[in-house]
Amino acid sequence: MASALVPEIPVPGFSFENFQRNAFLAQKGFPAPKATKTGTTIVGIIYADGVILGADTRATENTVVSDKNCQKIHYLASNMYCCGAGTAADTEMTTQSVASQLELQRLHTGRTVPVETAATLLKRMLFRYQGHIGAALVLGGVDRTGPHIYCIYPHGSVDKLPYATMGSGSLAAMAVFEAGWKRDMNEEEGKKLVRDAIAAGIFNDLGSGSNVDLCVIRNTGPAQYLRTYEEANVKGKKQGSYRYALGTTAVLKQRVIPLEVESILVRPTEAFQPMDVEPQTSR
Amino acid sequence: MAFMGDTMNPTPLWQNGPSPGAFYNFPGNASTIAPSRHGVQDFTAHSASPITTTTTVIGVKFDKGCVIAGDTLGSYGSLARFRDCPRVMKVNDLILLGCGGDYADFQYLKDIIQQKIIDERCVGDGLQLKPRSLHCWLTRVLYNKRSKMDPLWNSYVVAGIQDGEPFLGAVDKLGTAYEDAVISNGLGAYMATPLLRDAVDKGPLDQETAIAVVRKSMEVLFYRDARAFQRYQLGVVTAEGIKITDEELKHDWSLAHMIQMK
Repeated sequence: MASALVPEIPVPGFSFENFQRNAFLAQKGFPAPKATKTGTTIVGIIYADGVILGADTRATENTVVSDKNCQKIHYLASNMYCCGAGTAADTEMTTQSVASQLELQRLHTGRTVPVETAATLLKRMLFRYQGHIGAALVLGGVDRTGPHIYCIYPHGSVDKLPYATMGSGSLAAMAVFEAGWKRDMNEEEGKKLVRDAIAAGIFNDLGSGSNVDLCVIRNTGPAQYLRTYEEANVKGKKQGSYRYALGTTAVLKQRVIPLEVESILVRPTEAFQPMDVEPQTSR
Repeated sequence: MAFMGDTMNPTPLWQNGPSPGAFYNFPGNASTIAPSRHGVQDFTAHSASPITTTTTVIGVKFDKGCVIAGDTLGSYGSLARFRDCPRVMKVNDLILLGCGGDYADFQYLKDIIQQKIIDERCVGDGLQLKPRSLHCWLTRVLYNKRSKMDPLWNSYVVAGIQDGEPFLGAVDKLGTAYEDAVISNGLGAYMATPLLRDAVDKGPLDQETAIAVVRKSMEVLFYRDARAFQRYQLGVVTAEGIKITDEELKHDWSLAHMIQMK
């Protein structure tokens, strides 16, 4: 029905066209492929000089680990990052969409975008989709009013807190925060607390695992993304080797055919103009 | 021909009709309109859901014994109804028993266990019940009850000294039984277990550190468990004996000033 001359304008919102077909297929024995969930531990705290975000790196498809080292701390702007739990595709696409909207806002106003703007954009989008977008986010950032941590739930509600945890490992991480968080911690204490909370999630929750990622966003200066701050689960070293020693197979005959190089030509490609974006130190 | 079959098992005169010599439930009577699930002869009750419930019990092993703790609230659904339901009980000088779940089922087993101890004293052979045998007995009782589809809706924590060594074990309403250095049920399994395991993994605990980490876990549970209470019992069992104290939590809500929703 659609053609190149008269393209179909897509109807906004979710399309439930295939719902009946999928139900029929599932009944006949072809269930839909499972969405990759992150089944996660994500945390964020406010410390003396800013915010620290932390996340584990395991992505699961039901009971199978689909990605051992995925990135759950997403870039929104140079002064704010967002950790995402829930359906991996939803957290990735939502944060990318809001990141582009924030960049447009920054270019339009010429100022750093406040963290509240990102929280508002995210919550309005998630509420519009009534929870069908399974993205549970911990948004953390610093703006001219100070450091902020927001907890954004898939149905669109927002909590503004000094420390927040989301994901399946959130209870384990929250236990660590309730026991250890205090006001105005310094950076070392803050990083250790976040690392301990993620480790509690990694070791006590089956949906979280692998490594600890941190992101430190200071009041002054750019954000520091510490990808793989700690490798909490190192793969064991193999005890033996199956390699055969040289000489196990006897060499009967040997013939060497040299390849003759006729000429070598080196040609540089044209230099390109980089786009005008603001400098990002760690991406 | 109208009366077929033998005298003991007469055939019905017509479909769904009376059979000679047998009782017949006339349609339209109360028993046929709303037939009882269990039939007239079966008067036993089957626990479908717990009524007055208690929340988490946590337990941790240290070098010379065990500590267990549980608050004293009996919740009636979401109503905080009974504020003095002690559920850490001394069984004998070697065993402490903690329980979470339905309070009535705990009181039932508590009476039976206390009678067991009295009977044992009457035998007077100088032998005491040991924690592992109580743990085993509890497992068998709970598993048996659940296999009859009539569970005792509880989660028990057995702590004590077994042959000179600290013993800590758990049994739940399905009869799942295990021993570990850290035991917790209910919401404590998600929130207290990480804190307690962290303390235990760091190295062998002594009594003060164990009590401190249990106190911290009870505080965290009070913040995050919607059915928790600030008064709790702390029980310590060592080779010297058993001590159960009543404690009141100190909780800090000063961070409320930091939260400002715009």
